Amino acid sequence: MTAEQICKTEKMNGARMFLECLRKEGVDKIFGYPGGVILHIYDELYNCDFIKHYLVRHEQAAVHAAEGYARVSGKPGVVLVTSGPGACNTITGIANAYYDSYPLVVFTGQVDSKLIGNDAFQESDIVGITRTCCKHNYLVKNISDLPRVIKESFHIAKTGRPGPVVVSLPKDILTCKTDFEYPDKINLPGYNPTYEGHPIQCRRALKKLCEAQRPVIISGGGVIHSDAWKELRELARRLNIPVATTLMGIGTFPQDDKLSLGMLGMHGNYWANLAVSNCDVLFAVGTRFNDRITGCLKRFCKDAEVIHVDIDPCSISKNVHVDIPIVGDAKNVINVMLNEYNTGKYLYNEELRKLWCSQIDSWKEKRAIRAVENGIMSPQTVIEHIYQKTKDKNAIIATEVGQHQMWTAQLYKFNQPRQLITSGGLGTMGFGFPAAMGAQIADRSRLVFNIAGDGSIQMNIQELMTCVDYKIPIKIAVINNGYLGMVRQWQEKLFDKHYSQTNITSPDYVKLADAYGILGIRVTKEEDIDTALDKAIAFDGPVIIDFVVEPFEMVYPWVLAGKPLNEVILSNNEAGAGD
Amino acid sequence: MKHTISVLVKNEAGILSSVCDLFSTRGYNIESLTVAATIDSVFSRITIVTNGDDVVIEQICKQLNRLINTIKVVELPKSADKCIDRELILCKVSAKDDVRSEILRISEIFGAKIIDVSPDTYTLEYSGDNRQVMALIALLRPIGIKELVRSGMVAITRENQFINLSK
Repeated sequence: MTAEQICKTEKMNGARMFLECLRKEGVDKIFGYPGGVILHIYDELYNCDFIKHYLVRHEQAAVHAAEGYARVSGKPGVVLVTSGPGACNTITGIANAYYDSYPLVVFTGQVDSKLIGNDAFQESDIVGITRTCCKHNYLVKNISDLPRVIKESFHIAKTGRPGPVVVSLPKDILTCKTDFEYPDKINLPGYNPTYEGHPIQCRRALKKLCEAQRPVIISGGGVIHSDAWKELRELARRLNIPVATTLMGIGTFPQDDKLSLGMLGMHGNYWANLAVSNCDVLFAVGTRFNDRITGCLKRFCKDAEVIHVDIDPCSISKNVHVDIPIVGDAKNVINVMLNEYNTGKYLYNEELRKLWCSQIDSWKEKRAIRAVENGIMSPQTVIEHIYQKTKDKNAIIATEVGQHQMWTAQLYKFNQPRQLITSGGLGTMGFGFPAAMGAQIADRSRLVFNIAGDGSIQMNIQELMTCVDYKIPIKIAVINNGYLGMVRQWQEKLFDKHYSQTNITSPDYVKLADAYGILGIRVTKEEDIDTALDKAIAFDGPVIIDFVVEPFEMVYPWVLAGKPLNEVILSNNEAGAGD
Repeated sequence: MKHTISVLVKNEAGILSSVCDLFSTRGYNIESLTVAATIDSVFSRITIVTNGDDVVIEQICKQLNRLINTIKVVELPKSADKCIDRELILCKVSAKDDVRSEILRISEIFGAKIIDVSPDTYTLEYSGDNRQVMALIALLRPIGIKELVRSGMVAITRENQFINLSK
């Protein structure tokens, strides 16, 4: 008997209905961890042939893995955990996806409806707890609501500005039975994201960009969500406008393009920050002007007219005053602008553009200088070698958070969107490794690297066993400097070298790899990097490479927090007074 | 600067918490907040009095709009010819012999009702706009307010302007 027939012929319990709803949404992979009140679903999963469940070792990792999956596949990641501690462990993951706007649907068990509010065993008010860190959440109170809630959850997660949706499933909902009918329409009168940008605003924006003498485009993560990178590339090339990307927007504009400024912001390129600081028209797409890219807000683009495209009206004029706001989907908006440009009514002054580009080129001569040159293997060298070894392999690079993350963003020349997986908004250490797992699960054919710090990797290192279980062959490059490097860097510069609690020890990663039955390699000398990388890439399984590097290297360029973007420190010799 | 925001919401569990959480997490002030079902019990109306400059109020309205269960968010016009606002207060005043008649006189002038009497107290019920309410409280305060309960402001637009269900 097929599932369709079952639906029509007999009443279905909530647990079974849950799986049927996932099937209707096209979900075939979920990440989770079982527990008491969610057991009925796991019982249904026991014989389920259309959903593959990945058992992680900690619920936080399940959510990060689901986000990694969402980042690579473009589809919502799905998580299933139990109530109480299981649900609470998902919070960091949910908040991470919320900040970086990736679609997740997180199902958490809940105690029996009758026990809610009684401080029952493993009860937590997950709806209350997640209220401010998810896009929307539900407590299912009636089994007849279950299909509608699941339908709405997926719809909300992936439309508009994507984000995580949390659904709390009380135990009794999973056991009681009713007829199953999956709704085919969504009825959410309070939720209508604006996809079409206002045409008059689009024309105004185009006109302004053509009139501009020193225009700059900032491409953010929203360009990935709306799949607008091709359009953005075309617009930039047609109008000859330099493009800087945010950390989340890396890959939306190829870094080997002559118009590419690379990343801007606190650790962005000197010339990108100067170009943005000196532009007269800023065209910002799918970015929310986080303090890490604006520096001192009062001084950010203070003489420029700002055009801002975002699907979330809240992002517009929240931090930076916007002269031409356009609420809409980036792809639609840029398409309208391109069509309008094709009418031939818009011209820009090519001479002025050339002048502006050569001005930017002159800034490109100023580059960051490494802090330490003593023959010890430097972390930047390791990352450059990883880039050289993987650049032609269409690799996915996941990072944790800290110095290694910034070096990766600076030194790895990403040319495609969805290639860099990194925690931008929340800055979650321990995100990259499980996210890399999810990425590999989303696309088994790709080479996946997790560039990690020795601090970050230890935050979710338990997932090595998950990689072994499911033969997830990710390559973990631990940039091991014995410190929580980014914090140490702040302490060196701003706290009189008081390295308070930032010296961090590691286990022997080679022995650890051995304990997990995977390949472990230690590299201490620059000349051994390539051999180790070749070996890791050729190995059919997970690999940890422990790169023991210079501890006191610094991430430059560096704009100190609260300073304007053009006050860039490029080396240890500069006090940071600025240009 | 005071602003009154009228929010039409779907009457679902947690929506009031969502609205309040939004104000607290983003550091906005709530001066008063009232909530009750509309003519259609599927929807509720929340009237919020808040303060902030225009940029803050714009953000508040956008953030409120972003909540999935908000149907419509309107900042009500401030001028009295476009919008009427009212607040109900219940005020227990200490009423010893020498001031009993004074309280009665004040309540008569304002059109307030005495809804409870005891040898030592009068309890007044009064509704009016913010200016009137504040004036009454200012007059009663020196006499001795034992307890003051305010409903928070509700407001409605004049004539043919409706805040209806279409977003």
